[in-house]
Amino acid sequence: MKKFEKLTSAIVPLNIENIDTDQIIPARFLKATTREGFGENLFCDWRYDENRNPKPDFVLNDKTYAGKILVAGKNFGCGSSREHAAWAIQDAGFDAVVSSFFADIFKGNALNNGLLPVQVSDDFLHQLFIEVAKNHENEVEIDLEKQTITILSTGQQETFEINPYKKSCLINGYDDIDFILNQKQLVEEFEQTK
Amino acid sequence: MSKTLVEKIWNAHVVKSEAGFPDILYIDTHFIHEVTSPQAFDGLRKRGLPVFRPKQTIATADHNVPTLNQHLPIKEELSRYQVDMLTKNCAEFGVELYGLGHPFQGIVHVIGPELGITQPGATIVCGDSHTSTHGAFGSIAFGIGTSQVEQVMATQCLLQQKPKTMKIEVNGETGIGVSAKDIILYIISQISAAGGTGYFIEYAGSAITSLSMEARMTICNMSIEMGARGGLIAPDETTFEYLKGKEFSPKGEEWDKAVAKWKTLYSDADAHFDKVLTFNAADIEPMITYGTNPGMGMGITQNVPATNKQAVPEQLSYQKALNYMGIADNSPLLGKPIDYVFIGSCTNSRMEDLREVANFVEGKHKADGVTVWIVPGSKQIEQQAIAEGLDKIFEAAGFQLREPGCSACLGMNEDKIPAGKYCVSTSNRNFEGRQGQNARTLLASPLTAAAAAVTGRVTDVRELLAEHV
Ligand code: SF4
Repeated sequence: MKKFEKLTSAIVPLNIENIDTDQIIPARFLKATTREGFGENLFCDWRYDENRNPKPDFVLNDKTYAGKILVAGKNFGCGSSREHAAWAIQDAGFDAVVSSFFADIFKGNALNNGLLPVQVSDDFLHQLFIEVAKNHENEVEIDLEKQTITILSTGQQETFEINPYKKSCLINGYDDIDFILNQKQLVEEFEQTK
Repeated sequence: MSKTLVEKIWNAHVVKSEAGFPDILYIDTHFIHEVTSPQAFDGLRKRGLPVFRPKQTIATADHNVPTLNQHLPIKEELSRYQVDMLTKNCAEFGVELYGLGHPFQGIVHVIGPELGITQPGATIVCGDSHTSTHGAFGSIAFGIGTSQVEQVMATQCLLQQKPKTMKIEVNGETGIGVSAKDIILYIISQISAAGGTGYFIEYAGSAITSLSMEARMTICNMSIEMGARGGLIAPDETTFEYLKGKEFSPKGEEWDKAVAKWKTLYSDADAHFDKVLTFNAADIEPMITYGTNPGMGMGITQNVPATNKQAVPEQLSYQKALNYMGIADNSPLLGKPIDYVFIGSCTNSRMEDLREVANFVEGKHKADGVTVWIVPGSKQIEQQAIAEGLDKIFEAAGFQLREPGCSACLGMNEDKIPAGKYCVSTSNRNFEGRQGQNARTLLASPLTAAAAAVTGRVTDVRELLAEHV
């Protein structure tokens, strides 16, 4: 898994609430059998028209927005368990997603792939949208070690929560399977007691 | 100390619990399907690992499969490839597959229970969010992502934080024309599409315990639509009765032992829940959704809530949802013309659903211009429906009985609702594009869907039921 430490980047704002996994990556693109290539269909139905021409008013098609941090409205990633949603966001070049609330399964899937979900307060989220509206190039810094997110133009900062185990996984780039495999003996012993 | 049912089952499955780390949770049963498993099998190959306990993994093909002419090769190339890949992977890793053509094939959450694989007190996972369905038997069942599918295949365990617990009690009796689907749509409309996030929900109360197993599955199925990881109902005589004699249920002495154990599965009277909500069954009307998440639902006789009644930061998203639906706020939905009716999905595609619909439409006919698809949840249900002659009733009513699969619930196969069209659907999600690009979904119960099929409009089924008496 990819390591995550610190990230300084401009942000891509998507000020919509309850963005579900069917919006992130529609089901008709789930037929691939590898993890790669989902990025080009990220937010497909918002991003392209029927003839697959980019819709100019959608943020991913606006070249003035660039960055590795996706900032979205409350309850991001609700809906299906498809990990393809996390893969698509990553494949499109994002390393972190910021929202004021994440759906459970999405959050777990993101963490399992080294995509950092950063949950901030409603106020802070609002500030992020304001700052990026003022200047699309305004940068944000996410420091995983310190668990802080900072709007560099204003200095506003908030700390965010992350499970300590997941944090060490991200920083060291290892995953749950490595962790459990190291304790396989215990699993076998447990099976004997059932 | 007194414990909730979730805690009891959880504790019985903890392999290791260490401060600062998630628990290592043992998984009894793992269901897989063609969409979320290929990358996991690939991961095993890359790590050089086998499936650790192949007998505890069961596979089926459901999401991509056509619902007509299943005996022919799948036409759509990518779908065929994905289904073939599942067949290949299962053969290579020694996993039992109920694929196309197998008498047990069907939607993963329908076949587990009907085969008796889903049992009380078990931990059950699947790379699919509606795994919560299996909670109806009093099990901890939840959806996982593909990395976790790989994790379970590699270790038969998952790293999991113990969830918070919520109890939702529904007391009293529901009125005529109100089904389990209406109960759950009502609960979601009350607590919102995110109201259950972080929780495992135990459903209780007389309106729940009086439900059949199939109806309980409908309730637990939609737990995820309020953000909860899972939902469950304590097992009781209804549960045991349902499981008795099923293909993989314990038999003979084993059965007695199992039932004795299952009888210990309930929340202690004074067990602590992190949250408790209580509803009154008599308040529930037949429900329908008007928006683009399952929380946007209302009683069928009501008006779509006004935009200015929503919290200010939410008004933009609310308006966007209504625009997509082509529905005005403050207006009724009753009488709105519809184009499609889809009766199917792991929420409502079981025998009782089909019987209820057949019973209602017998002697009636669908309205002109409405397309009606009935997609049974499994091959066994399809066969049973034919054996009971329901196919004839459907045919006479102009309803098309198709072959089993997920179908228009998510439109991964050919069964898509065209852009702009309205579909009254018994499935579980009304997200933008869920049933096809720019398709508009109105979630409802099988009865409400059947009523819409007959009138061609959003209809209060109670009026048609009243005509009977
Ligand atoms: S029927 Fe729908 S919700 Fe159920 S498993 Fe299939 S796609 Fe998922």
